[in-house]
Formats: sequence, C-alpha cells, structure tokens
Amino acid sequence: MGGYEFDLWVFMLSAFLGFQLIRSVSPLLHTPLMSLTNAISAITVVGAILITGEKDASVLSRILGFCAVLLATLNVVSGYLITDRMLKMFKRRDTEKK
Amino acid sequence: MTVDNSLLPLLYMLAAMSFILAIKWMNSPATARRGVIIGEIGMLLAVVGTLLRFEVVSYQWILIAFFLGSAIGVPIAYIMPMTAVPQRTAFSHACGALASALIGTAEYYKGLRQGPAPTTVEMTALIVETLLGFLTFTASLMAFGKLQEVLPQRPITYKGQNFVNLGIFGAAAVVGITLIVSPESTSLFPVFTVLALLFGVLLIIPIGGADMPTVIALLNSYAGLSASAMGFVLNNKLLIVAGALDGSSGFILAIIMCRAMNRSFGNVLFGAFGQLQTSAAATSERPYRSASAEEAAQILDSARSVVIIPGYGMAVAQAQHKLREMSDQLTKRGVNVEFAIHPVAGRMPGHMNVLLAEADVPYDKLREMDDINPEMPNVDVALIIGANDVVNPVAETDPKSPIAGMPIIQAYKARTVMVIKRSMNPGFAGIDNDLYYMPNTIMLFGDAKAFVTSLVKELSAVHAA
Repeated sequence: MGGYEFDLWVFMLSAFLGFQLIRSVSPLLHTPLMSLTNAISAITVVGAILITGEKDASVLSRILGFCAVLLATLNVVSGYLITDRMLKMFKRRDTEKK
Repeated sequence: MTVDNSLLPLLYMLAAMSFILAIKWMNSPATARRGVIIGEIGMLLAVVGTLLRFEVVSYQWILIAFFLGSAIGVPIAYIMPMTAVPQRTAFSHACGALASALIGTAEYYKGLRQGPAPTTVEMTALIVETLLGFLTFTASLMAFGKLQEVLPQRPITYKGQNFVNLGIFGAAAVVGITLIVSPESTSLFPVFTVLALLFGVLLIIPIGGADMPTVIALLNSYAGLSASAMGFVLNNKLLIVAGALDGSSGFILAIIMCRAMNRSFGNVLFGAFGQLQTSAAATSERPYRSASAEEAAQILDSARSVVIIPGYGMAVAQAQHKLREMSDQLTKRGVNVEFAIHPVAGRMPGHMNVLLAEADVPYDKLREMDDINPEMPNVDVALIIGANDVVNPVAETDPKSPIAGMPIIQAYKARTVMVIKRSMNPGFAGIDNDLYYMPNTIMLFGDAKAFVTSLVKELSAVHAA
C-alpha cells in the first residue's frame, strides 16, 4: 500500500488535463461529449469483471458484480453508439451540397 | 488462457491514452467520430486485458451480463429520438453510478469476509465511491423522471427543506466516517446505503425542470468521481484517469450552464428556481402587435439577414424540420439565415445543436450567443421560436428580475423581431417578457410547427407570384 499518494497525483493531473481538454470542446458538441465521457466512465466494467469473475466469490459478490457488469456494458454500448449516431448528423454546408 | 499480468499495466495505459485522445478529438466535428473509434478501441483493450487476468476464472456470468447489457443498450442507442437524449443521459448516469456503488458494496463485504481488512485509505475511497454512486443513482432517476415528465416540473418545496437535506447528508457523512474508522461495523453499511439513496432523491425534488441541464452535468461529474474513487479502491490508475476525465468534464459543463444563467451552484441546487412568480401577476394589458403568416412571410422574404433563435419549445412542437425547409427557401433567395443558440436552449448542454443537426441544418450555420450578439443590430429579422427567457431584455434592464444578469441573445437589437408563440402567457419562470411589447416586435400566434409550415407555404406563394 502507501500507493495512494501516487494515485492522488494521477487523479490531480488527469483532472487538470480533463479541464484543459473539455475547455477546448466547442459548445456545438457538448451533448455528444457528455455521452462519450459517459461511455468512457463505464470503464468501471473492469472493476465489475474482477468482482464477478473471481474464483471464490460469494453469492452476494456474484450478484452485485453481475448487475454491475450488465449496467456498465449497457452504458458502454449505448454510449458509444449514440455518440456516433449524433456525430454523423453534424454536416457542413459544402458537404451537404454534394 | 493465461496472460502474464505484467502486460496488463501497459494495456491499461494504452486504454487511458486512447480515452484522452478520444476527448481531445471531440474539439471539432471534423475529428469527433475518430474520437469515438479510438475510445472504443481503448475500452476493448481494457476489457480484454481484464478478462485475461489470472484472477478472473469464472466467465459465464460475465458473458451473460455482456449479452444482456448489449441487448438493452443497442436498441436504446438506435431507437432513442434526439429529443429524448437528455433523459437517456440521465438514465445512463443512473446506471453508471449504480454500477460503481454495487461494486463498492461488493468490495466492502469481500474485504471483510476474506481479508485483509480494508485500510483507512481504502475505506475512505470506498465510502466516497458508494456515497457518490448511490446518491447519483437516485438523483439521476429523479432527473430522468422530471425530463420524461412523469414527475412534476415545478420544484417541490416545503419549510425547512434545506435543513432536512443537510441533516440527511450530515447523517450519511457521520455513518460513513464511522465505517471508515471501524469497517467491521457491518450493520451500519445498509444504513449508509439508505441514507445516500434518500439524499439523492431529496436533492433533486426542489430543483425545477428548467435547471436540468446544470443538474445533468453535475450528476455526470459525480458519476465520474465515483468511478475515480473506485480506482483508488482497486488500485487501478485507468479507472482513476477515466473517472477524473468524466468528473472534470461534467463539472466544466455545469459551470458553463450556471454562467449561462448567471446563477451559482448553490442557487441551482437550493434556490428552487422556477416557482411561479406571484408578483408577475401584475402583467398589465400592454399593447402589442401581431401579424398573419402571409405578412410575416413577406417581411422575411424582403430581409437580407435572418437570425432564428430556437428554444426547447421548438423541439417540443417538432418544428425543426419545417424550420430547416424555411431556412433553405430563404437561403435560395439570397437571404443569409443563421441560427443563434443560447447555451441553455435545450434540455442539456449542446442539446439544441444536436436537434438542429438532426434536421440537416449545417453546423456552420449554428452560432453561439457571444459570437452573434455583436452582429444583432445589423440583422433584419430575428425570428424567435419556442424560446422565451433567453431573449428577455429584462435580464439586462431590471436588476430585480429573477433572471437579472443572465446573458441573453440580444434579439431586441434586430430591426424586426418576430416571435412565434401560442399565446401571451409567460414562460417557465413566469416572468413577463418585455420583448413582446417592443415597437419593433411582431407576435405570430400559433403552434410552432403549424405556423412555420404556413410560413413555408406563403414563401413559396410569394415566390410563385
């Protein structure tokens, strides 16, 4: 243990990186941005897999883990698909004329 | 199959990199779709890597959950109408937050059963994870209910509400801290869970429907922070990074929304904005002008520049496609047509842009408020459809108004202002709009879609004549 200090640094730096990145996103794309980050934060599926797939997990763990994998997968799948569906609709004037 | 776990950190790092790139590429519509692809690749790397970890031995339930999650997720993504995107977003915040909370709960009981007992640091992260997870879960469900209009839009308030909320939150904090100090007091964990769930519900009850854009963004941030806290529990940097990115994203969007309404977080969360203004009953019988579709079409036809200012009312009436037809007609005759988008025009950040993009309005015609305001005095016609408070000059003139100081699209500066509206009733905030009574304003009464449809007809008639 004791790694938490390192973890805090990672958190702090990625939060700052996040602020910088998001600031440069045009308000035009704020809705797709939110559904994309939503899909990305469903990376919690990693934690859910670890809980569910363990060798001697208790019944409780398996049930909770199963639900968590399901919910996170739902977010990953629908998040990426709907982001792409929205982005496909954004067209410029010149490309539309073709 | 077993893979050396030493490869894993590399995979996770690649996944974190692709998430960062994914968000970076969202800064322009030209690269945004590439962002989605790299994000998907990152997710795939992380999931496959995790599945191959030697700790993971039992696959059946994971695969069933993958299957069910996709079976629900795919139809949602394809069937969902664009007007319902805010609801879907609230729903997915609920799912994501609940997932984190459930994993946290499982981690807690697992740590107690198998040992080693969680350290104070781990326990702190775990409590933060489950607190944010559970409260965001119920809060997002409430937001979903308000957006879906199964729950009342008006804020529900009662005396001492803020004290009750503060009390519940304080109780949750005390129980949480007790659990951090002595993790073995298992009986407290369900209490903690219930308090967090309850707090989520109470938090949203006093918030009006018009504030949902801010609330959604804030809940997005909480869900991300919960995921990040899970990273601390599991010692997983990828979760920390992804959660922090999501957390900061939601936070920034919430700030942008607050600024766009000139409100503070505290005011949004505890201000119960959107209650009917009783003082607004003083709306006098002031004179105003109205016109028919025929007259309006002639004015539009003779204009050189038209700025359309849409609000959520336009989307409710499903008028965006007709509006685009009208804009095409005008463009063909050399009228410069643009759309001015207020940051809170839709029901979530950027929502209006998506709705117009869906109606095939090219995105270079969508202008931001700050960008278009300086040009408003040179605009011949400002056509307002389904928007109200975001063009109300009272925000600039009356310091006592509830929307005082809110940045507005300065439609009143245009040579002619046209407002499509059902009646003279005030908008959501119940504030009378001075714009409607200005000498250069023409009211066009009717359903937004029906009126724009008749405008389109009249315009082609003018052209044919």
